Amino acid sequence: MDVVVQLQRQLADHTASLFHEGFLNDQFNQLQQLQDESNPDFVVEVVSLFFEDSERLLNELAKALEQQAVDYKKVDAHVHQLKGSSSSIGAQRVQGVCIPFRNFCEEQNIEGCLKCLQQVKHEYSLVKNKLETLFKLEQQLIAAGGSFPTL
Amino acid sequence: MFGKGASSSKSMEIIGSEKKFSVLIVDDDPIIRKIHGALVSKFTTEIQEVKNGKEAVDLCRSGASFDIIFIDKKMPIMNGLEATKELRAMGVNSTIVGVTSCDLSSERNDFIAAGQNQCYEKPLTIEKIKSLLSELNKNN
Repeated sequence: MDVVVQLQRQLADHTASLFHEGFLNDQFNQLQQLQDESNPDFVVEVVSLFFEDSERLLNELAKALEQQAVDYKKVDAHVHQLKGSSSSIGAQRVQGVCIPFRNFCEEQNIEGCLKCLQQVKHEYSLVKNKLETLFKLEQQLIAAGGSFPTL
Repeated sequence: MFGKGASSSKSMEIIGSEKKFSVLIVDDDPIIRKIHGALVSKFTTEIQEVKNGKEAVDLCRSGASFDIIFIDKKMPIMNGLEATKELRAMGVNSTIVGVTSCDLSSERNDFIAAGQNQCYEKPLTIEKIKSLLSELNKNN
């Protein structure tokens, strides 16, 4: 099979699975619509900012929840930020865990908070891998001389 | 739908005409600044960005003026509500639009009471900006 056609099919399947499995929502489509000739790397740039921000926040959260006297206000502020940045790129499974996480902060429930931290780390690493695969497929397709398939 | 002040705002005279309108984006989150900047760039090229309410107030105090100011609620140093009050006290008549990741249903009154014309949940979308521009034109 022609390499370009094969890559286009792989990319279309991978993208569809990201939405179908709920990793991404329509907000990610919105970002893709903003990418144009004047802004060719827009999606990669925004998602890279999301990776940087999330990793910083996840480290801060782990540190804050290790303390003897947990500052729940601080934990909640970090989770609020993570909810905002995940919602901005459409990473809805990460965003989804932030909702019970904030409730556990309000209840000052350490077990609940620690459980949510593990869940949000897991969801973040899944969506990060999926997005990296997506960008890699796009690069391969461009290198092979193809263009993005229309979903 | 719009709070007090919208009908007198400077943007009324400009949006929909040939002239480009100017926009200030105020948000501490670099992801939001980037997304909102790209969204607004679909409508105008006159865009500035600052990281908190104090920077917005300082910019306007130094003589800069904008047709529309999109402002976040939760920001360090000076939040969006404080900044809006300060801007209105200075006589700034831009259309000020609150953009928040908080629950809008419970906070809309705070935004309007502070002097904002409209508020949206984050993130902005092309549809939300189109609807804002169409409301501004309707009120013109």
